[in-house]
Amino acid sequence: MTFSEYLSNSYENLIELSLEHLQLVAITMLIATAVGVPLGILAHRSSVLRPPIMSTTSFFLTIPSLALFAIFIPVFGLGSPPAIVALTLYALLPIVGNTVAGLSSVSPAIVKASRGMGMGSWRRLGLVELPLAWPVIVTGLRVSTQVTIGIAAIAVFVGGPGLGNEIFRGIRSLGNPGAENLVYGGTLAIVVIALAFDGAFVLVRRFTTPRGIR
Amino acid sequence: MTQTESSNEVMIELDELTKHFPGQANPAVDKLSLTVKKGEIVVFVGPSGCGKTTSMELVNRLIEPTSGRIILEGEDVTNSDPDELRRRIGYVIQETGLLPHRTIAHNIATVPKLVGWDKQRISERVDELLTMVGMDPDVYRNRYPKELSGGQRQRVGVARAMAADPPLMLMDEPFGAIDPITRERLQNEFLRLQAQIQKTIIFVTHDIDEAIKMGDRIVVLRDQSHIAQFDTPEAILTNPADDYVADFIGSGASLKRLNLSRIRDIEMATDAPIGRMDEPADELARRLDASEWSAILLLDDRKRPTRWVNAQDLRRPGFDPTTMGLKARAVVEPHATLSDALNELISSNGGCAIVADGDGAYLGVVDLETIMAAVRAMREQHARFYLAAKNPDTVEV
Repeated sequence: MTFSEYLSNSYENLIELSLEHLQLVAITMLIATAVGVPLGILAHRSSVLRPPIMSTTSFFLTIPSLALFAIFIPVFGLGSPPAIVALTLYALLPIVGNTVAGLSSVSPAIVKASRGMGMGSWRRLGLVELPLAWPVIVTGLRVSTQVTIGIAAIAVFVGGPGLGNEIFRGIRSLGNPGAENLVYGGTLAIVVIALAFDGAFVLVRRFTTPRGIR
Repeated sequence: MTQTESSNEVMIELDELTKHFPGQANPAVDKLSLTVKKGEIVVFVGPSGCGKTTSMELVNRLIEPTSGRIILEGEDVTNSDPDELRRRIGYVIQETGLLPHRTIAHNIATVPKLVGWDKQRISERVDELLTMVGMDPDVYRNRYPKELSGGQRQRVGVARAMAADPPLMLMDEPFGAIDPITRERLQNEFLRLQAQIQKTIIFVTHDIDEAIKMGDRIVVLRDQSHIAQFDTPEAILTNPADDYVADFIGSGASLKRLNLSRIRDIEMATDAPIGRMDEPADELARRLDASEWSAILLLDDRKRPTRWVNAQDLRRPGFDPTTMGLKARAVVEPHATLSDALNELISSNGGCAIVADGDGAYLGVVDLETIMAAVRAMREQHARFYLAAKNPDTVEV
């Protein structure tokens, strides 16, 4: 069976798995953003909390991914939950790191002038610091999403959904005719998803960056 | 506080204001006490590291004082809400600190929005302020800071600080990062503006010349913001309190005194022959011959000086007032200092500086003679003062 025959036979299956994959990545990114951006803000504002936050999020990336997925099986069982938790931990570092970097890149003169005009700390964050840090934060989200799309394939080992299933099926039956097509097919779909997300982020960054700092 | 409340003249009083940063042996600002009166510009001047900027930042509590009191308009604000306090005090810094992601109008509207003005009032105020700092609202309202020159950004910074009409303004080296020509223009514009709005201003600079030019009174600071002398520019130049102040003023004290007198205070020459661009050459030549001058100054239809032309130019066949002669340079405004005028005059091509009002319309000219006369008058004053101090009985002052 050629690769194109494989594609025309199982594209419906690939699309279904892709949608699962997308869903897994989307949920992960929503949680990671909701946790990562506030953590980044906290790390930026508190010199006491910055080192523990930064080293913990870096530490997650050093754990082999297979192991990290497995660690959560006793707590969350099999399926999507351990996959989402493990992926979220991986996704944090670029988000937290870029949030800190973005906020730190805001010119001290702008911060000082804003304080001097009587903007309180939260107002300053919302009206000045976050808008100015935004392009850097979006870049963090973009990197994080790319990492997550790739690693999400491993979720299959804890019974998770997504394109990992197709790749894993291919690996298990390697040696049988056409088995490598499954590996290629799953990988191709992942690459397509990654490119689509990347393009989407470029557009998001373009259209959400205030005109004065573009 | 008794003194403060009884006097409606005082805008702000600093009472033994002290800042001791943790981990440092000596306080950065040590018991700074002074009062600033309504409507005056008080300049904090001193070498870098003397604590002048720290002192200023204690006033709007960007740095919280360790001890001492700040009394603004009779009210002790040392422990009041710092954000509320800062909205009452205009703040201009050297780097401008404009919000790059917001339009010029939004930037200027910052404090009015914080204090809850309605939209209509804010937009009227923005246009008024832009006009006041010499920028056309229709052109600049919706621009972003990066689309402006350094000088324009600093103008917007000043407009933003004045937006909610604060009684007091703090200006931290506001013209420090601007090229000398633009700086001089901005200083002059600001002084002209100040003559209308009469704000109370605390102004920080390390440049004694700027202090002399801008200040109604000058605070010369030494280490830890100890006051070496607090007096008018005249008094400080004439009678420095000690060697520290004398050294800080530097050797050019007499030249610096040129910064004290303004063109409007001296008599400028108004007998220079002038003509309109559209007048016939022989008419202009007749007028020039009748005067003692070697060139006649041509003005455009809005009375703005354009070119100097001499008798030779006028006699030339096909006389064209737009290209012949020399372009009129060295135009100064009446509130420019003699030092500005002298500077212009030396670099000019006509041997004299042209005085024009804010709209550029011709008023008169200032030549070296005029300036020398003013300098002589100042020297005489100074000499009389000196003699008077030596022997008050024998000299009429």
